[in-house]
Amino acid sequence: MAKITFDGIEIEVPDGTTIMNAARTVGGSIVPPAMCYYTPLKGSGGKCRACLVKVTAGSTKDPRPMPKLVPSCITSVQDGMVVENTVNQQVLDVRKGIVEMLLINHPLDCPVCDQAGECDLQNFAFEHGVSTTRYTEERRTFDKIDIGPLIQLHMTRCILCYRCVYTANQVAGDRVHGVLGRGDAAEIGTYIENIIDQDFSGNVIDVCPVGALTDKTWRFKSRVWFTKPVNAHRDCPKCSGNVLLWYKGKDVLRITARKDEYGEVKEWICNECRFEKKETSDWTIEGPAHIDRSSVISANHYELPVLNHSVVADLPESTQRELEKNPPLKLGS
Amino acid sequence: MGRKLLTEHINVEGIDTFEVYRKHGGYRSVEKALKTMTPDEVVEEVKKSGLRGRGGAGFPTGMKWSFLAKPEGIPRHLVCNADESEPGTFKDRHLMSKLPHLLIEGMITSSYALGANTSYIYIRGELLYVLRILEKAISEAYANGFLGKNILGSGYDLDLHVHPGGGAYICGEETALLESLEGKRGNPRNKPPFPAVQGLYARPTVVNNVESIAAVVPIINDGGDEYAKLGVGKSTGTKLFSACGHLNKPGIYEIELGVPVEEFIYSDEYCGGIWKGRELKAVVAGGSSVPILPKELILKTAAGENRLMTYESLSDGGFVTGTMLGSGGFIAMDETTCIVRNTWSFSRFYHHESCGQCSPCREGTGWMEKVLHRLEHGHGHMEDIDLLVSVAKQIEGNTICPLGEAAAWPVAAAVRHFRDEFEWHVTHAKEAARPGAVYPGKAVLA
Repeated sequence: MAKITFDGIEIEVPDGTTIMNAARTVGGSIVPPAMCYYTPLKGSGGKCRACLVKVTAGSTKDPRPMPKLVPSCITSVQDGMVVENTVNQQVLDVRKGIVEMLLINHPLDCPVCDQAGECDLQNFAFEHGVSTTRYTEERRTFDKIDIGPLIQLHMTRCILCYRCVYTANQVAGDRVHGVLGRGDAAEIGTYIENIIDQDFSGNVIDVCPVGALTDKTWRFKSRVWFTKPVNAHRDCPKCSGNVLLWYKGKDVLRITARKDEYGEVKEWICNECRFEKKETSDWTIEGPAHIDRSSVISANHYELPVLNHSVVADLPESTQRELEKNPPLKLGS
Repeated sequence: MGRKLLTEHINVEGIDTFEVYRKHGGYRSVEKALKTMTPDEVVEEVKKSGLRGRGGAGFPTGMKWSFLAKPEGIPRHLVCNADESEPGTFKDRHLMSKLPHLLIEGMITSSYALGANTSYIYIRGELLYVLRILEKAISEAYANGFLGKNILGSGYDLDLHVHPGGGAYICGEETALLESLEGKRGNPRNKPPFPAVQGLYARPTVVNNVESIAAVVPIINDGGDEYAKLGVGKSTGTKLFSACGHLNKPGIYEIELGVPVEEFIYSDEYCGGIWKGRELKAVVAGGSSVPILPKELILKTAAGENRLMTYESLSDGGFVTGTMLGSGGFIAMDETTCIVRNTWSFSRFYHHESCGQCSPCREGTGWMEKVLHRLEHGHGHMEDIDLLVSVAKQIEGNTICPLGEAAAWPVAAAVRHFRDEFEWHVTHAKEAARPGAVYPGKAVLA
């Protein structure tokens, strides 16, 4: 075990834990932001530099400060390490700079983007950015690329986090897409004009932190805050079948994998579950998903049906506990 | 003339062939190392020599070797970084094309020291003719028993491969080079783990520059102590400098570290002064990635003494007033040089060569280039000058690999030392945008 001090808070974590995951054991606003790091994806992290932190003491053995800021998502803790994140001005200044850099070529088309309301960059910019930019040059634009009937690629919005590339490599199989070109001319693309329709390829939509990869079956159907996420499962031969159904009225508008509090997919789901099972009858409904109160998604203030255990006797125990812990919001609350 | 350790026989007819190279004392270090020394003794000699990496960073080579992890049963590798491509740096190409056997000899001796049985020379793809020269020399070394199984009956085996890169500057960064060598896209890796622990094919690997590996030959031949007698302080031995720009005699010079910069520029033994009798304006001492210095600072140290061509003296004062010896790419600029245009040119290069993995470098290098383009072409504003410094600061130290610094330092240093000239480009926009226009004033010493 290693003891570290993170923003003045003492944390004890197993050896080999990253600084980011150590901070996540405490949770809340001290956790560094992550645009490219994604726990389930091996090799991810270290690219966006959003999670840079200051290590003011390397370890008990070598208490010297690290000369540069370090990416917390890929740097392992050492016993006696002292890390500054929210309390270090240099870190906060760099983060402002990173937001500015990321927004150079990312269009602020949030009003029409399907990712609005669940966009990591939107949150990152809101928490760490400034309201103006100093960038006055021409911005990067791309021609639209058709990558098949399921997924829409909006390259202009891409921040080159590489998450989808790792997903394609590690989850989808038969990878046909990756990063082409270099520098600010680099782009996510298929070689050559392939379509992306492998069995688990839909997961690239879930891992995309911005709206560069979106679900063609859901595009422009609603805003996310007008929908109601409901946990559901089905007996799927390919994946766990544990999903979120996003309802608007009685209609299932989209289906996604379930995510943890850091927006990371808990279990990958197959394309059949994601794109082809859009009827309530395809699923066993478990109950409403817990949405953080600070999220815009919880703004829909929907009311749950009154739970009658005799009627919904097959409701899993975990869901019942979840409902007791986080009672559904009432209309007008 | 100073003593030459690497290039003594460079002009001998046929020195690129095994026979002629051997006649001039070639492969003595291999015989000495394999027959009379243990690998650890070879490492010890290199440590004693004080040799510092000749690729740019200047890290002590012997110390780097001693960091190599040596787990039982896992192969280790030596990789020669021959992906030289920094603007202003062209010494390795010269060394390899003229003296291919010197590099091969260094590779054998160094591989023996590190316990590597398979070694690689990763050469810049554009240097196809040098690749052919090296391949021919390697086949000669195989034919004469200096490569392959049981070299000179010592029981030591070594295979040496030359691998051409795809022509990306970033592949000169050691971890990007390893990625490329593994057949992947040449993107730098996050460190740690360092190559000495997990390098090529996840095995312990040492990556050394061509000149560093070649320098192992005289170190083993004459002993580390002898080598350390040359030079000044911690900058021991000799170093190749590729001098270019507005000089009477641009070229490649092997100098004993410690020669004063003034002597290097003006003496007939070296560069022979500034061409057409003009005044020197500025110097980039170690390749385009190191901070530019105006004449007054490059010729004198902060203490008012003559600057020496050593690792320490060029960097005194840190990056605030100093620069770096870098890879030895010495670029001299005369009084007619437009610093803004020159900075834009450097910036354009780094923008083009950024791999695009991490956001500050991907977006920042392009941003700086565009602002510099505006300033140079008469569309700049006064606030652009501070913007440049601010963007450079946002990049510096925040990227995965040192390309971020390489892009940021030249810009920040140019503004620091030549701010008046940048301002003149704003206030005299039309005049400055005219081809060949030069700021009429003097540099401002920071």
